[in-house]
Amino acid sequence: MNPKYDLPQGTLDLLILKVAALGPVHGYAIAQRLEQVSKHVVQVPQGSLYPALHRLENRGLLAAEWKETETGREAKFYRLTRKGRAQLGAEADGWARLTEAVALILKMSEGGAE
Amino acid sequence: MSWLERLLRREKMEQQLDKELQFHLENHVAELMRSGVAGPEARRRARLAIGWPEEVKEECRDARGTRWLEDAWQDFRYALRTLRHKPGFAAVALLTLGLGIGATTMMFTLVDGVLLKPLPFPEPDKLVTLHGASSGWNAEAFGKQNLAYLDFLDLQRTSTCIDLAGALYDNGTVSEPGPPEYADLLQISSNLFSVVRVPLLMGRVFAPEEDKTGGIPVAILGYSFWQRHFGGRPEAVGSSLVLDLKRYSIVGVAPAGFRPYGNEPDIYTPLGQNTGAFLQRRAIHPIYTLGRLRAGQSINEAQAEMSLAGRQLAEAYKDTNAGRTFTVAQLRPETGDVKSTLWLLLGAVTLVLLVACANVASLLLARAISRERELAMRVALGATRSRLVRQCLTESAVLGLSGGVLGVLLAAVGLRPFLALWPGELPRAEEAQLDWRVLLFAVGASLMCGFLFGAAPALRAPFKNIEQALRTGMRGVAGGSHRLHGVFVASEVALAVILLVSAGMLGRTLLHLASLDPGVNIHNVLVARMALSPVTLTDPGKTRAAWKDVLDRARQLPGVQSIATVDTFPMREGFNKLAYSTNAEVSDTAPGEMVDGRLVHRARREEKLPFALLTCVSPDYFKVMGMRLRRGRFFDNHDTLDHTPVIIVDEVLAQSAFGTDDATGKRLWIPDMGYGGNVFQIVGVVNHVRHWGLGADDQAEIRAQIYSPFSQLPDNFMHRWSQLMSLAVRTNVNPLSIVGALRNELKGAAGDQVLYEVRTMEQLASDSLASQRFLLLLFGIFAGVALLLACVGIYGVLAYLTGQRIPEMGVRIALGARTRDVMWLVLRQSLSMIVVGVALGTAAALAAERILLRYVSGMQPSAAISFAVMIPLLFAAALLASFVPARRASRIDPVAALRQD
Repeated sequence: MNPKYDLPQGTLDLLILKVAALGPVHGYAIAQRLEQVSKHVVQVPQGSLYPALHRLENRGLLAAEWKETETGREAKFYRLTRKGRAQLGAEADGWARLTEAVALILKMSEGGAE
Repeated sequence: MSWLERLLRREKMEQQLDKELQFHLENHVAELMRSGVAGPEARRRARLAIGWPEEVKEECRDARGTRWLEDAWQDFRYALRTLRHKPGFAAVALLTLGLGIGATTMMFTLVDGVLLKPLPFPEPDKLVTLHGASSGWNAEAFGKQNLAYLDFLDLQRTSTCIDLAGALYDNGTVSEPGPPEYADLLQISSNLFSVVRVPLLMGRVFAPEEDKTGGIPVAILGYSFWQRHFGGRPEAVGSSLVLDLKRYSIVGVAPAGFRPYGNEPDIYTPLGQNTGAFLQRRAIHPIYTLGRLRAGQSINEAQAEMSLAGRQLAEAYKDTNAGRTFTVAQLRPETGDVKSTLWLLLGAVTLVLLVACANVASLLLARAISRERELAMRVALGATRSRLVRQCLTESAVLGLSGGVLGVLLAAVGLRPFLALWPGELPRAEEAQLDWRVLLFAVGASLMCGFLFGAAPALRAPFKNIEQALRTGMRGVAGGSHRLHGVFVASEVALAVILLVSAGMLGRTLLHLASLDPGVNIHNVLVARMALSPVTLTDPGKTRAAWKDVLDRARQLPGVQSIATVDTFPMREGFNKLAYSTNAEVSDTAPGEMVDGRLVHRARREEKLPFALLTCVSPDYFKVMGMRLRRGRFFDNHDTLDHTPVIIVDEVLAQSAFGTDDATGKRLWIPDMGYGGNVFQIVGVVNHVRHWGLGADDQAEIRAQIYSPFSQLPDNFMHRWSQLMSLAVRTNVNPLSIVGALRNELKGAAGDQVLYEVRTMEQLASDSLASQRFLLLLFGIFAGVALLLACVGIYGVLAYLTGQRIPEMGVRIALGARTRDVMWLVLRQSLSMIVVGVALGTAAALAAERILLRYVSGMQPSAAISFAVMIPLLFAAALLASFVPARRASRIDPVAALRQD
């Protein structure tokens, strides 16, 4: 089993928004999907997941609705709002630029640093 | 969802949160079981993954952003519950606060309505008034002047910055319909109502063509006059009235309380129809102006324009306008001298409120200490410090706001009765209303109080020695609160000292002022203004005859000893100030020049002359008023127009102008008299009269007095002076008992002569001290309340502190302490707090004395005597309050006390 990494500060919100962008989804499914997609590298802190969801809902980036799952049980489904989509776009861009910059720095040849 | 919604749906949200987490757990368990983990182990792992559910929930609640509100709500309900548990405490605290906040709110309502609110007209900040000032001789002494009518018309016509309206005060007798009534008139330019933007109650305003000589006589009624004289009937508009023998059509009624300037006028007439010759002279400045800045114009632009216009007028009319300037000033409500009284009362009542706060604070503190264990328990269970402080503050805020609600109710009920108590008339009293500004103040004051008395208990919430607090409960920490309690008692005592000493000083002052000699014999003197029949005012000869007839008729009445006419009265509103010089010889002969319509000698132009009050009287005036002749003679029947113009001066003038020399026979030059060559011979010296009232006269700016005989007044003064004259009647019966007979005797052939503003000299003298008496009454009440509250506070604190020491006292008594020793122990504790309070209060009272000396007229520096009376009183009351707990302590049964532990 691969070692699992904790998420860097602030990225949980971004990942939640991304998952919710694919269609209405409940909290447990978000946790599952994040682990599956990241090939079990990312350790989703389940304890922080729900406060994060509530916070995003409170900020109007997510909207919630109680619906039945395929198994016929009631669950709270989150979907992305218009405002959330804009936020996701902005944060994804920011993240891309940040990782690019970090990668650039890390790729520096030893000699180039002089 | 708004915060409020979320708060109201809290219950449902909690359920949903449970359900959501439950759903997660079940799914996780199911998945683990599918991958082969056994039931109990799967549940364990799932729980482990999500963490402690309560913590997750707490974080979710925090994330909702309504956390503080939920806490506040919780604290609020908790606070109500605790208050309900102790109804006695709650009642005392609420009543104390309610009274304090109520009184403060009421005073603020008055200060706000009378002093702070803008004029009750639309866009009051755009309203301005114009003043004229001359640069000539003695100019600054005359200060701000009104405008000459012709100047006003020029400025009104040319100004591009200001819409300007003018007004002129006058009086007249309304002889039809109904009984004759002497009325206050305001002659106005036709645009006055449109400039202030106040619509009439009914009817129409004057048309511009009516605002000219030869226009149809039209009148607008003032609201009060319409109510009084026309019974408020709408048909009044369209009917007519006869004013000074001229018939006017009534075209409108002004709205209630409309006062463009000063008092509410009875009748408005068009200014342009006034044919008085004085309006055509630019040297006479009777027109009051009221203007509105046009859109986009500032007061500075208006000022620039008026300065330019002033220079142009000065150029065009050198004789009258040279050096004359105009200033534009923001129009402000006139409030006269009530300002200092109102602020003083607001200050005093705030002190009472502070005493109330200190009182409630010490009650709360005592309670907080007995709740020490509860609070420590909360800390032990994980409450943070800020959370606990917030809870304590919420409790006191609830208490404060409940007190505030009670206070606002009391203020609403008490305002009108209080206004009825106000001495004389409080200007703008109708503006004093409980509105949002007052409510805002009350809420602010309540929260402020809540914070003041809530902070101490909150801040001493236990954090350090939780363990000790839990173990020993109340008794272990009682000693620590001792000092804080002392602070409250000391500040209550200090505040009470300030109020007591202030009240004492006011009382001393009032006694002193009431004992002063007014300079006239005030017993059995009736004073009344008198309006002659308008018919007699048309001709000076007739006017003189009419006055003589009035005096002769009145003299015949039973009960009348002597009677005189006089223009201005001591201790009543109205005065006539004129500059004088002892250097009469030069001005008689030396060439002079015309300045501002007066003949002025060149040598005098740069000199500042002293002022004196001029009173125009008939010969018997001195007899009626019981004045004393120091030298020379009173006026007699020989002082007529064809004899040397004479005057009588008072001893103040004689002293300052001639020192120890005999003033009689000397001459005074009074440049503004306007007759007799402005030079007058002094024939007598009389005693000084406290014209400005018993309280104010000693510090008045102008004290010197000159009397001139009515019989030497030239014809051209007759009309105006006759409008000003009053009667003074000395009686040998109760003066008010002859009013009916006097009225009847003097009503004249046409029945249109009116006596009005009837008073006795005793009333005037008493009224002249009314504001000091009123201040004393209220300061006395405030001081009494503060003393009572302080005593209650001392009693409460000592009872509490002694209660804490019951076991200790028990031990002492068991070991042989006598009653006296134990009582002394308690009294000593109280005494030290009182002494500190008195020391602080004494220092503050000295500061209060300076404030009173500055703002109360006639105030005597009497702090020392006031201290001598008030401080023993306070000590006696405070010790009495301490005596009860001390006595109780001395009677503790040692066995019971020791077993209590």
